Amino acid sequence: MKTSRFLLALGLLAALVSNPARAQNSNVILIQNATILTVTHGNIERGSILIRDGKIADVGTDVKAPEGATVIDATGQFVMPGIIDCHSHIAVDGSVNEGGPSVSSMARIPDVLNPDDIDIYRDLAGGVTTANILHGSANSIGGQTVVIKLRWGKPAADLPFQGAMPGIKFALGENPKRSGFTPPPGVPQRYPVTRLGVEETIRQAFTEAREYKKEWDDYDRRKAAGEPNLIPPRRNVTLDPLVEVLEGKRYVHAHCYRADEILMLLRVAKEFGFKVRTFQHVLEGYKIADELAAAGVGASTFSDWWAYKMEAYDAIPYNATLMTERGVVVSINSDDAEEATHLNQEAAKSMKYGGLSSNDALKLVTLNPAIQLGIDNRVGSIDVGKDADLAIYNHDPLSVYAVVQKMLIDGQVYFDRQRDIALRPALEKEKQELLDKEKKAAEPEKKSEEKPAAKPERKKKPGKPDAGETGTAEGGAL
Amino acid sequence: MRIARVVEIARASIMPLVASVALAASIAAPLVAQTSSDTYAIKGAKVHTLAGPPIENGTVVIRDGKIAAVGANVDIPAGAHVVDATGLEVYPGMFDPITQMGLDEVNAVRATVDVTELGDYNPDVVAATAVNPASAHIAVTRASGITHVIAAPGTGGFDSAGGGVISGQASAFNLAGWTMDEMQIKRSVAMVVNWPTLETRSFDFSTFSIQEKPYAEVKKDYDKKIDEISDWLDRARHYAQAEEKGSPANFERDLKLEALVPVVEGKLPVLVVAGKARDIRAAVEFCGKQNLKMILAGGSEAWRVKDLLKEKKIPVILGPTLRPPEEEDMRYDQAMAQPSELFSAGIPIAFSSFDVSFSRRLSQYAGVAVAYGLPHDEALKAVTLNAAQMFGLADQLGTIEPGKLANVIVTNGDPLEIKTEVRYLFIKGRLTSTDNRHRDLYEEYKKRPEPPK
Repeated sequence: MKTSRFLLALGLLAALVSNPARAQNSNVILIQNATILTVTHGNIERGSILIRDGKIADVGTDVKAPEGATVIDATGQFVMPGIIDCHSHIAVDGSVNEGGPSVSSMARIPDVLNPDDIDIYRDLAGGVTTANILHGSANSIGGQTVVIKLRWGKPAADLPFQGAMPGIKFALGENPKRSGFTPPPGVPQRYPVTRLGVEETIRQAFTEAREYKKEWDDYDRRKAAGEPNLIPPRRNVTLDPLVEVLEGKRYVHAHCYRADEILMLLRVAKEFGFKVRTFQHVLEGYKIADELAAAGVGASTFSDWWAYKMEAYDAIPYNATLMTERGVVVSINSDDAEEATHLNQEAAKSMKYGGLSSNDALKLVTLNPAIQLGIDNRVGSIDVGKDADLAIYNHDPLSVYAVVQKMLIDGQVYFDRQRDIALRPALEKEKQELLDKEKKAAEPEKKSEEKPAAKPERKKKPGKPDAGETGTAEGGAL
Repeated sequence: MRIARVVEIARASIMPLVASVALAASIAAPLVAQTSSDTYAIKGAKVHTLAGPPIENGTVVIRDGKIAAVGANVDIPAGAHVVDATGLEVYPGMFDPITQMGLDEVNAVRATVDVTELGDYNPDVVAATAVNPASAHIAVTRASGITHVIAAPGTGGFDSAGGGVISGQASAFNLAGWTMDEMQIKRSVAMVVNWPTLETRSFDFSTFSIQEKPYAEVKKDYDKKIDEISDWLDRARHYAQAEEKGSPANFERDLKLEALVPVVEGKLPVLVVAGKARDIRAAVEFCGKQNLKMILAGGSEAWRVKDLLKEKKIPVILGPTLRPPEEEDMRYDQAMAQPSELFSAGIPIAFSSFDVSFSRRLSQYAGVAVAYGLPHDEALKAVTLNAAQMFGLADQLGTIEPGKLANVIVTNGDPLEIKTEVRYLFIKGRLTSTDNRHRDLYEEYKKRPEPPK
């Protein structure tokens, strides 16, 4: 067991339980005197937000606290909708890549959610409330994805965003053709190794999926007609999710870089009659913004990453702005647990690069990713009826000087900076005690009846190689 | 070129009165990134010299590549190009002191990377040798207000891994020029030493798994490396003595030892890359015993050993403040809060990207540190003056004072704030284009007509 993480989780849970906001009437909360960045209907100075049963009940300048309501005074502070990260790999236990086959649609990220991943807490502390948890990009067709809320302290079953459409990861270009990966001696290269083969792999898979779907449709039709003694087709867990894609029941999130490969997937999707929901990274999206807009696909990109690999050499920080101006719904994502802690700053860069308005910049990490994930009826703006997923900053969140003060999900405070700071001495003390105990246990031949404590395994989390683009995998450290 | 498009420069006429009136641009648009090294006067701006309080409505006169004058009541010389910077702000150009600039174009493409040589001991390789002045990164980076950098062999960043033990000499240069000779500030500013670490766990790319080694084995390797560094330095001392006292005919020239002589003489600082407290302690002790001039690079756990760093007067070049805590149970804002903690302890700090493509995030790294307690003035110095002082370049760089190199930026606001734009850029006294690969691609594709339906 990762002792330290476990303890931290315990400590924070304890803190949550002892939160005065919850001891009172947790169903009714009023955040008052804040600058409210609604995203959909402008900014409200000295405004208030009334939260009831986890939903936004009222927003405005003359909203009063009902009797018994918990009041959060946010004088001088800024409230924005919780950030939505459309490309994340946090909360995944182990590797995010099933790297065996180049079609790994049977792999399911929702099965391996890890609620103790400290990155959930860190990203929450960086303003994020919702994240699209994706499989890695090693495969032409990767694994199944899940949208979660960063409900730190809750079990894995409580993380998924109820009602959000499930998804599947596709990947084009250098990663699925494994150009940055040399197999160990004796291990052959994996097909495909070209963009030609990536297209072929996807077409092949959907050809099979269509056949498979036909078999099932046929069976269902005959069964419905009352035909006796039918044998159902053999279940294929690789093709099931692709059938869902064909039926519009599962979103395709396609990792891509170059303009040509993006157009390739749009052609393949047209051929087989499915939709691509979002292109991820899409660093050359600006070259084909009109085609993206015409296809009605979302584009989820980086702020200013470039040149870390060949297909990122034409990446420009104006990408988000240019695509937005051409009518594409654009979001800025992280693909990295740390990058996710300052997506507000990354969105602000689009104001500098291409002159996006501050509200359009905010949309890049709120309403637009919500639209891309099909959850904009629930989150992404501060509107009555939406989930009370809110980020409270001490400054304008588009400023580098803004620090998150409180985070609410479903109207509950999941992060409070002051509480985090207050907890630190106790956690330090607890850690020191554990270390001392470990030391003592390591001392040989102690004439004590105490059983030596199990040596806590202090390991640094290994990197998630090839989770995204960088292939940076830190070694563990002791 | 961008200069002709956006920069309205009035060439001052013979009459001084006319000089301050912005006339239509009279500089022809040459197909170069920089104008000639003439005389310039930036006027009407709030000038942050970083050598004193800001000057409202100040003037900066630049001549022959240097700052000639700065102040509120400075006469604009006849014939000077006048840059009307009313409503704008002037700062010293920013300095990213650890990069792989010009040595790493596309990190995943081996052929474009010249950062880390094979072998552990390469004191005689020098970054300046292979800095590509045509690298697209140079123009991209300077557009964000970074006017000069140090490229350091064997260092790694966001998208590159460092390597070697004594990895070579770092070079300081300006981010504009046709050749490295023109760009170079100082060919050798420090010897890069990647301090060996005691790591029992490491990630093995060939098998894609974490490899564990017993502590005893790791410790043995570590001790061996430290002995080797020691041995190299001893031999360099002997070599220096031989060079000084003996006849050159009596011994063979050794390029590696020759390169280490300035190090053992304390003339060339060692840039020690270390993160863990234990490694920092060991490095400080080692450099103390060996009488080396040490600059700590990285220092993710410098906060744990701040008393030692303060006592031994070791300056720290911090890695990106936007990075996760080292351990799972550390406070989430550790990296962002550390600069303030070190500054309060009286330790000189500088920010750095340790990278190429992320070099332009330098100001963001500093801004974040301000959000977590570092005074704004100090953050500004930590991206300008402080690193110049650490490398002995403060007589040329870091502030806007007469006699210093005219590396100056004119912005529309706080340079640490994300949306702030660099309007004018002076490098070595030349008005330098902020055009770059990214803006060019943007302009090009913005003009793309709508495709036929």
